[in-house]
Amino acid sequence: MEKKLQVKSIVPAPPPAHRSRPGFGLTVFAVVWKDLMAEMRSRELLSAMLVFALLVIFIFNFALELTPTVRSEVTAGVLWVTFAFAGTLGLNRSMALEKDRGCLDGLLLAPVERSAIYFGKAIGNLTFMLIMAVIVLPLYAVFYGVNVFRPGLLLVILLGSIGYTAAGTLLAAMSVQTRTRDILLPILLFPIVLPVLIASVKASSSFLGKAPNISVILPWLNFLIAYDIIFITLAFMVFDYLVEE
Amino acid sequence: MSPKPGLLKTLDVVSLGLLIAATYMALIYAPTEASMGQVQRVFYFHVATAWIGMLGFIVAGVTGILYLRTQNLKWDILEVAAVEISLVFFFIAIVLGSIWARPIWNTWWTWDPRLTTAAVTELIYLAYFMLRQGVEDPERRARFGAVYALAGAVSVPITFMVIRLYRTIHPVVIGTPSAAAQGGFSMSVPMKTTFFFVIFAFTVIFIDLLWNRIRLGRFEQEVEELKLKVIQ
Repeated sequence: MEKKLQVKSIVPAPPPAHRSRPGFGLTVFAVVWKDLMAEMRSRELLSAMLVFALLVIFIFNFALELTPTVRSEVTAGVLWVTFAFAGTLGLNRSMALEKDRGCLDGLLLAPVERSAIYFGKAIGNLTFMLIMAVIVLPLYAVFYGVNVFRPGLLLVILLGSIGYTAAGTLLAAMSVQTRTRDILLPILLFPIVLPVLIASVKASSSFLGKAPNISVILPWLNFLIAYDIIFITLAFMVFDYLVEE
Repeated sequence: MSPKPGLLKTLDVVSLGLLIAATYMALIYAPTEASMGQVQRVFYFHVATAWIGMLGFIVAGVTGILYLRTQNLKWDILEVAAVEISLVFFFIAIVLGSIWARPIWNTWWTWDPRLTTAAVTELIYLAYFMLRQGVEDPERRARFGAVYALAGAVSVPITFMVIRLYRTIHPVVIGTPSAAAQGGFSMSVPMKTTFFFVIFAFTVIFIDLLWNRIRLGRFEQEVEELKLKVIQ
């Protein structure tokens, strides 16, 4: 009887059935912070996106013969094509990094909600996208003498980038797990993200025009907001299925 | 391997009969339209094939949700069948539309909301098959397919509405057409009969093809399982 009691005392107390998980916001922040720190140290993702973006702008210069009169009309289109192409580089790389070194498995083992990982990655990608835009815009303005510093344009870039990365992060999570992952992401992403690109180009070119008319621009902004909300919700619901083993 | 069910064999024959009857109705029975002439006859098959295309993509979106909820591979087989058939029918609809547009709009193609949305839809579902080809594990392939079909089904209507903010020239034969539509007309009674008959015929053909494709999908699954057994 005595012996039995003794044994019982050295067995550690069983862990409570529901250990307190870290909060959703904290998890998201941790994933974003991890991505930003890794990027701060390697700088391989942002530098690749930036150089690629500049190359695309240079190629457009020769492909379209950007004379001063043409420039003002095609600026919005050139900018968004640049963002979209450079964006796929970033999205692909950011997910491939996780997959290559088994980091994704580590993330999935963590006792946190899977959708928090999605939001972390998406916010990280959005940050890279916006940093790229902030650097490319002044360079574009210098090279082509087009004034691109309009608050409205920045709003469009923010809303468009949110939609782009919301859908892009979701699809990149799929494409990196396939055999053809190097080529698949743009093919999956561009037709899905087409409404964002159309609405962004239209809204941007209106803001860059001589007299921006808010009643013309507002429907495009509404579309962007609607798309952002719909795709964030969709990703929130289905992300679990993509990383399931 | 199970033999082909008798009902399916009957349906095959009925579908073929309906296709011949539909061709007769569209090419001979229906009266020639007054201003556009013979080329208007394309309209019957154009609308019917487009309808089948849309029907299949809606089926694919719904089965995508059902698969994710149940994780039952039968929904995946249905999804693939629907997308594959719709991809072909939607392509036929686009080609037929182009044939009609050449004399009526004086161009093979224009970036109208419906045309652009149709083209983008085709691209999305082509990408769907490329995605599936890259995944070997059947369950993961089914999950990815379901998620992408769902994303496509959500994105396509938004694309349509976004482009609709531009002016459209596509005629609307049923319902109120926009003022800018070109090539619209009103249907006489024999035209309406033909129209609904062709749509009915193509719906039956769709069901027949779908059934055959589901059967094929089951065989594919069987072959895959047998292959795995051999490897082990």
